[in-house]
Amino acid sequence: MADATLGQIFLATVLANNFVLAMFLGLCPFIGVSGRLNTALPMGAATSFVMLVASLCAYGLNWLVTTFELEFLRLISYIVIIASAVQLVEMVLKKYSPALFRALGIYLPLITTNCAILGVALFQTAREYSLAQALVFSLGGGAGFTLALLLMAGLRERLNLASVPNVVQGTALSLMLAGLLSLAFMGFAGLGAGE
Amino acid sequence: MAIPGQKQLTSMDEFLEGIWKQNPVFVMVLGLCPALAVTVSAVNALAMGAATTFVLLGSALLVSLMRNVIPKEVRIATYIVIIATFVTIVDYLIAAISLELYEALGAFIQLIVVNCIILGRAEAHASKHAPGRAVINALGMGLGFTIGLFALGSVREIFGAGTLFGVPLFGPDFQPWVVMVLPPGGFFVLGAWLLLFNWWRNRKPAASEPANVVREASHG
Repeated sequence: MADATLGQIFLATVLANNFVLAMFLGLCPFIGVSGRLNTALPMGAATSFVMLVASLCAYGLNWLVTTFELEFLRLISYIVIIASAVQLVEMVLKKYSPALFRALGIYLPLITTNCAILGVALFQTAREYSLAQALVFSLGGGAGFTLALLLMAGLRERLNLASVPNVVQGTALSLMLAGLLSLAFMGFAGLGAGE
Repeated sequence: MAIPGQKQLTSMDEFLEGIWKQNPVFVMVLGLCPALAVTVSAVNALAMGAATTFVLLGSALLVSLMRNVIPKEVRIATYIVIIATFVTIVDYLIAAISLELYEALGAFIQLIVVNCIILGRAEAHASKHAPGRAVINALGMGLGFTIGLFALGSVREIFGAGTLFGVPLFGPDFQPWVVMVLPPGGFFVLGAWLLLFNWWRNRKPAASEPANVVREASHG
């Protein structure tokens, strides 16, 4: 896995191993925020950005932790760095783009507990990616997350106009939809690096 | 199940709350990522449930003991560090007990840190109650989560591999539904369980015409 080319890694993480639909990472925002198209896009963008920052920090931290043989501290240091990264993004956004800051609202701090972010950090460590590979991996992960969120939001906006039986409404329906999307994404299996 | 509308919750009610009335998987729909990712077999599901319950118990106890010491401003960060500590313990524990299981669960053991159930319990319950009560509540939640995972894992294993706990159920002629152990199967099975629970809740007020709804609810 460690010798896959950058293009392969990117394609594989966006489509074949899509974070949400194939690896079940970041499901909470996927179900929670995918109600409308105009909140889905900024959410995807913010998550992608934090993912990139977290991936960079995690790479440095992993080097530090392995050099000093403190592997048992890896998880704790990762989660602390992610929380700080989110805080940083929040402060920067508040200062330079108050409009976007307000649009994202509560979802911004909640990115800390998005497992897709910690997932990026953990998977890039497990697969022993180099720095360039790790960055491309996180970019692909962010793009894939945004794609899944947008597709789902589009579908759910259409569903609002349909008449759905009472029993099926709510999360059950979203999960069924996600299942169908996931089935469709399985068509990409084997694309890029594959497994 | 639990008696509704009681003012003073007994410990038993507190315990049952997590299992039934506020089941984390089926009612609150929390902690979905591990719930769907690792439940390809009943054994994996039980192991994941046990690991999560341990973290839930440990963090609830510690948060509850320290609830008067932790400053309000940094409470979330403190909770996360406490949770991460227990997850690290579980991570090493599983690796020591069964390497096979450790590899099957993979990064998802470490991802327990960001399981919203645990942080949610720490913030909403353990930080406001005495240790005894917090532990009972955490135990109920953990058991509820484990039951939820088991319900997913066993259904997916039965259909996807024709086995339960590795024991073949249907004989050699059974054609496994491979899709059930693949990612879409996870979504479908959880969706089907939620449909079942929706139907159960909708059925209570209008008990007169359940027959035609049953058919829809059992479709996966």
